[in-house]
Amino acid sequence: MMADGRLLGRVALYGVAWLTLAFILMPLVFVTWLAFFAQEIPSFPPEGYSLKWFGAIAGNRNFVTGFTTSLQVAVAATLIGLLIAVPASLILARRQFAGSAVLNQFLLLPLVVPGVVMGTSIYVFQIETEIATGLPILGSLGGLVAGHTLLVIPWTVRLVTASLTGLDRAAEEAAQSLGANQWTTFFRVTLPAIRPGVVAGALFGFVTSFGNLEMSLFLVGPGRVTLPIAILQYLEWKIDPTVAAVSVLQILLIAVAMIITDRYVKLARVV
Amino acid sequence: MASLTLDALTKRYGDNVVVKSVSLDVRDGEFLVLLGPSGCGKTTTLRMIAGFVPPSGGSMRIGDKDITTLPPWKRNAGLVFQSYALFPHMTVNENVGFGLDMRKVDRAEITGRVAEALRLVRLEGYGERYPRQLSGGQQQRVALARALVIRPDVLLLDEPLSNLDAKLRLEVRLEIRALQQQLGLTTVMVTHDQEEALTMADRLVVMSDGAVRQVGTQSDLYERPADLFVADFVGRSTMISGAVTAPGAFRSDGGLSLSCQPSAAAGPATIALRPERLTLGAAAQGLANHATGKVTFVSYLGALLDVHVRLNDTDHVVVQIPNRSDGHVPAVGDTIEVGWPASACLVFPREAA
Repeated sequence: MMADGRLLGRVALYGVAWLTLAFILMPLVFVTWLAFFAQEIPSFPPEGYSLKWFGAIAGNRNFVTGFTTSLQVAVAATLIGLLIAVPASLILARRQFAGSAVLNQFLLLPLVVPGVVMGTSIYVFQIETEIATGLPILGSLGGLVAGHTLLVIPWTVRLVTASLTGLDRAAEEAAQSLGANQWTTFFRVTLPAIRPGVVAGALFGFVTSFGNLEMSLFLVGPGRVTLPIAILQYLEWKIDPTVAAVSVLQILLIAVAMIITDRYVKLARVV
Repeated sequence: MASLTLDALTKRYGDNVVVKSVSLDVRDGEFLVLLGPSGCGKTTTLRMIAGFVPPSGGSMRIGDKDITTLPPWKRNAGLVFQSYALFPHMTVNENVGFGLDMRKVDRAEITGRVAEALRLVRLEGYGERYPRQLSGGQQQRVALARALVIRPDVLLLDEPLSNLDAKLRLEVRLEIRALQQQLGLTTVMVTHDQEEALTMADRLVVMSDGAVRQVGTQSDLYERPADLFVADFVGRSTMISGAVTAPGAFRSDGGLSLSCQPSAAAGPATIALRPERLTLGAAAQGLANHATGKVTFVSYLGALLDVHVRLNDTDHVVVQIPNRSDGHVPAVGDTIEVGWPASACLVFPREAA
């Protein structure tokens, strides 16, 4: 009787787990499936399979430049985000000062504020700055990167701070007693120790930036598109499986990035 | 190697003085142990020597060189931490070689000196392993090798054995001491474990509340404690409070008349008695102090027995006797004679509270 109850519980647990997993994976499966449909108007069941939509991507200038722009912006925003987040995390994890808790929450705000609100406010901010300084900010690649940096920071700060809290300060002190100054200590001891957090933070920041639509819509200049914007624009006219094919490529890119990252740092241990 | 001098070293955090004007001379090649309960300032003192805590006052010298304001990386002090503090992403060889690398020693010499240091701590052949692949004792030996390989002017040990299990602790204790003597290292160790302190040190410094209570050898501290705190902290003592009434005469609060050494000044005082200086049974009769009491508790320590004896309503003593199969073992409730010579009474005037 007892054993039966336990068995039942186990079956229920596995059942719920698999259902949840299926629920999460369903869109990915359908998008991937759709990308190989032969007909132009997606309908079930498929009339046949084809790779032509993948070929169509290369012929669409918007997708190609959008992909390049998104990649450039995401890489730049991630690097700048790291340059800000690592020192910020060092201070936040190690110094207690008036307002440090508030600052910690403040740096996470971009995760909480809706993308449209962020986009609007940064748009207005960039207009005002441009008027005040005369510098060409709005619509520039730099302006777009600046906005995306805000998307990267919460991830990097959170993950780097987490790995810093688990770090034994004594190792840094040992390095100093052995003759390493603060810089050498940071690069030879601290940074290698928090590398998993840095890499994971960078990866999540990169993914967030690469997939961002709302903020980019406000900040791109005329004629400039990111990949999500290119997809949106394409969908305004057509709903053929090209969009699904683009999505499959994007999913693959991120999956490969994750798998490569996971080889060097075990993501499951950090996140 | 060199001597280490602390002169009126002080550390304040706001109004809180955690180290109060500590002055010490650590001789070349000497093993000095800072001993005290937690919060006594011993660790802060060590961290000031290492350069991690800037002193609020006073100065420090290694040999003739003033190090008071030098950053840690310019002090040439080897440090061993309680948590080992190995670099987890480096192999044992890289860990040990780190200090030499910082000193721009050339590759070939690093390889040789690292191998030599690992041989000293009996870890040849472990060079390619990572710290996580080693046991606690091995990790601590790597930490020791890493501190020794730079040929430090002073070796600083911060509770180095606290994370090891009891048996290993005894082993590593002897190893550290043997190495220290073999290499003639000027060493300062911090510990709260008095047995560890007593077995390893050339001289000990007892600290409490940020101040040095006494500096001396093991027998100085044990036979001639400077105050009641030291008498209580180093070894064990039972206390009898009362007053010195005349030179050599003491009257306890419980009404016992005892003879003590005539040097003690008249006034309220406490006597500290080492349990092994007391005698039980017939032999007690001939001693300067003797009293009759009731056994309240006997604890069996293997080679020794602790017998707790109540002498009257306020006074009680602990007597330590050897556990001999032929001897009579007192039982709880027995009435028994306790005696001790006048020289066993360590008398401390009681400070006005």
